[in-house]
Amino acid sequence: MIAPPKPELVTVNIDGRDIAVPKGTNVIEAALRLGIDVPHYCYHPKLSVVGNCRMCLIEMGMPAVDPATKAAVIDPATGRQKINWSPRPAIGCGTGASPGLHVRTTSQLVRDCREGVMEFLLVNHPLDCPICDQAGECKLQEQATGYGRGYSRYVEPKNVKPKRTALGPRVTLDDERCILCSRCIRFCQEVAKDDVLGFIDRGSHSTLTCYPGRRLENNYSLNTVDICPVGALTSTDFRFKMRVWFLKQTNSIDTESSVGANTVVWSREGAIYRITPRRNDEVNDTWLADSARVLYKQVQADDRLVSITVGGHAATEGDAFGKADELLRAGGVAVVGSGRSSVEEAFLTRLLAAAARAEAWIVARPGEGDGILVSADRNPNVRGALVTGLVSTLPEPMLGELAARIDQGLVKTVVSIGEDLVAGGLTAAQLGTVRVIYVGTHRDATSALAAVVLPGLTVFEKSGTFVNQQFRIQKFLAAVPPVAGARDDLHWLSRLAAAAGGAAPAGDVRSVWASLPAAVPALAGIGFDTLPDTGLLLDPTPWAGLKFPEGRTLHYQPAP
Amino acid sequence: MPEQRRIIFRHIDEPGYTPELGCYLRHGGYEMLRKALQRKPEDWIDEVKKSGLRGRGGAGFPCGVKWTLVDRKSGKPIYLVVNADESEPGTFKDRYILHQDPHQLLESIMITGFANNVKQAYIYIRGEFPHGARILERAIAEARAANFVGPNVLGSGYGCEIFVHRGAGAYICGEETGLIESLEGKRPYPRIKPPFFPAVLGLYQCPTIVNNVETLCHVRHIVEIGGEAYAKIGTPNNTGTRILCVSGQVQRPGYYEFEVGKVTLGELLNEVCGGPLPGRTFKAVIPGGSSAKVLKFGERFKGKRKVGAEMVEFDWGVEDIPMDFDSLALAGSMGGSGGVIVMDDSASMVEVLANINEFYAHESCGQCTPCREGSLWMKRITGRMVHGAARAEDAALLKSVADQIAGRTICAFGEACAWPTQSFTAKFGDEFKSYEDSKKQGRAGAAELA
Repeated sequence: MIAPPKPELVTVNIDGRDIAVPKGTNVIEAALRLGIDVPHYCYHPKLSVVGNCRMCLIEMGMPAVDPATKAAVIDPATGRQKINWSPRPAIGCGTGASPGLHVRTTSQLVRDCREGVMEFLLVNHPLDCPICDQAGECKLQEQATGYGRGYSRYVEPKNVKPKRTALGPRVTLDDERCILCSRCIRFCQEVAKDDVLGFIDRGSHSTLTCYPGRRLENNYSLNTVDICPVGALTSTDFRFKMRVWFLKQTNSIDTESSVGANTVVWSREGAIYRITPRRNDEVNDTWLADSARVLYKQVQADDRLVSITVGGHAATEGDAFGKADELLRAGGVAVVGSGRSSVEEAFLTRLLAAAARAEAWIVARPGEGDGILVSADRNPNVRGALVTGLVSTLPEPMLGELAARIDQGLVKTVVSIGEDLVAGGLTAAQLGTVRVIYVGTHRDATSALAAVVLPGLTVFEKSGTFVNQQFRIQKFLAAVPPVAGARDDLHWLSRLAAAAGGAAPAGDVRSVWASLPAAVPALAGIGFDTLPDTGLLLDPTPWAGLKFPEGRTLHYQPAP
Repeated sequence: MPEQRRIIFRHIDEPGYTPELGCYLRHGGYEMLRKALQRKPEDWIDEVKKSGLRGRGGAGFPCGVKWTLVDRKSGKPIYLVVNADESEPGTFKDRYILHQDPHQLLESIMITGFANNVKQAYIYIRGEFPHGARILERAIAEARAANFVGPNVLGSGYGCEIFVHRGAGAYICGEETGLIESLEGKRPYPRIKPPFFPAVLGLYQCPTIVNNVETLCHVRHIVEIGGEAYAKIGTPNNTGTRILCVSGQVQRPGYYEFEVGKVTLGELLNEVCGGPLPGRTFKAVIPGGSSAKVLKFGERFKGKRKVGAEMVEFDWGVEDIPMDFDSLALAGSMGGSGGVIVMDDSASMVEVLANINEFYAHESCGQCTPCREGSLWMKRITGRMVHGAARAEDAALLKSVADQIAGRTICAFGEACAWPTQSFTAKFGDEFKSYEDSKKQGRAGAAELA
């Protein structure tokens, strides 16, 4: 590991407490390290500072020095250096830490400033919290409890603005709720690189809108909903569906590519309502692609596999493994694993292949990278398959070698872990000569012809880990219980390995982790329950020779 | 009667004087540019510093100091931006320079550019001055053809181009960082300072000098007589002349150029402008553009002020205040842009404030919360007072709203829109409290007029 450069530290004093922070750290962030909350709306840690909401006003002062001698001026009352307090409040977001900076966040002036801004923000706000989706996670609501007046001095008519503008296919705007913080505008310019939002008109009549002839339809549009501090920008998908305080939050990982963006899955009573980004400054900052947010729809999809079948007919687990036993012990087995399987599943797939004395392949999913949070490798866990030793080379999109083995008559049974063999390039003729054991989540050409189908789980119904393009191992947890009839893939893999005559750990994630660190050198010393929420970087050197397909994305630079 | 001293306005309204280059040359035009090019650029920065010239746009910041603050080590080009967005209500001085004597400005721009190693200068002219923009364009073309502007000015090796950029009609573009944003083609949202001080991170993130038209015009005259001689005009720390634009309820409104501090408000209004309209008495005056705090006739200003090296007691009525930056600040207002707005006893202060508030609510750019929401709120309160029902508590509410704006915004617009309300309600509180009654009895003073 290369140690990151040590930043220059300066000591600042906030509300009487000293803290050393990197030079230039703004007052909001510095205060946060002391557990002091400086309320703010327009400031966002991953966007440029504009200082327009004025909620984070603080009092600042600098140690007094004699202008002539440059000697410190000592306050006789305290014996310490006198502090020259600025008569004007300053914005916390735009005030950087410099040596000796003194800040007050609890003075009467600061309180007055916050109350003043709160009142101003509410005079033209519709106060429609009872029907607003943002209620419960609204910064305006939150700060109003601390700094709101509780009654209104405003007796004039409020501004009237557009109430439900479709800015794009996924984002709906209520301009009356907008507090004009410009976070969404800055996000589109600075992160999504799709400059489509702006204000028109001026003063309190300023209105957020798309540029003429443009729509907010880039694949990151829903981040504007996440960062909107109020209920102005709402997700068209989530709008009016559920009160956020009813929802359970579960940490998860985006599976649409090898970026491995960190996510939170919001669910209630077994149903998922939305997916939002989870901050990881090394992976996805606070962002997530729109395409990652709809993946939960696969859980309740109509084509979900929900029963065990043998020869196309519903069967019991006993029947299924009677058949699987027979096929696996007959020899001539090949295993098609998956770059979408978790690390634990890849490990058990390897044990299964070893027990069945089978060769194993995985299928590549090349795609186009967007340079932000979707990489060119649409498998989330190819590196997991490498790390666990399931495969030792990068996958191909087509199963050419397997096809050749089948043509040579060397293969009698193919075990596929969620990969559609037809999509993998095997012909109907080839598939006609082999029997297929299929562990999968959704109906496809392979499930239709498989001898044995074992219904598995989507990422939202199980726990495990993925290794992303940075070789960062990251954990995801089950957000909702499995759909009726399906079982954890680990369970199926463990039983299949046993059926093939091997010894495998029990089919649950903690049992697998009991043996993983010992069996897989790269995972030595790592535990599932102790894995940090932001993941751990593994040593990538054993795979340095491989030519990975990913191009540059946020926080990822391919090896030259 | 105090005598005017016309330096900048020497030829304004002079019969036969035209904005053409030929006319300017006949009156000694561009001789000062010729003179300036003979010496080292830094010399002229020193001369301007010695002159004590202070900005005529509103803040009264020393011009020479502004020039020295420019970051000359960055290696980036230095831009000169001329603020011709004269839009402070009550101010009408720059327009006469632009309309009648554009070459005076151009010559000063070229001297300033030479002194500060500027290769490109922009004149940002307000959208409501289309005629002025055309005159400037023509004057620049003339000056360029005569090699007073261009890549090699008068064969000296120094080159500078001047461009005219028209605004689209927004008061906020007079704020220097808002102006710069507008010049860059964006919404004129003033920038946060720090870090975006124009002297370091101005136009296109390069060091930039932003000067008002009137301020810049003085540069030509400083070159003519030298910084020290110029500093003797006016009063110490308030040097030179300045143009006072008098409007409102006086006998002779208009523009008058005086040595700074050599005329009192009383002399200006009673003698120069001929006093109040027949049968009326002065009630209030806003001395430096609509955002300056109002002065009430009859109030006294007491304190100590520096005269030379000594502190001297003063006890002024409104009529005694010398029209200079420091004295007006001592009286709790400001010299601002030189727009003197006069109200006599027929004026309802509630209605005057309603007018001012309407302007600021219309012109608030909307970037930061206090000004955006506060200015509209104040407008709605005073609007309701005038057109609907005024409440006794409105004065206190207005003051409270204004107090929540001033000092808490990105740019000085916060103060600009809060100060009128703060000063009107503080000084004319009774009129606000009794406004509803006075409306029922007919407009304040209206009965007498009839």
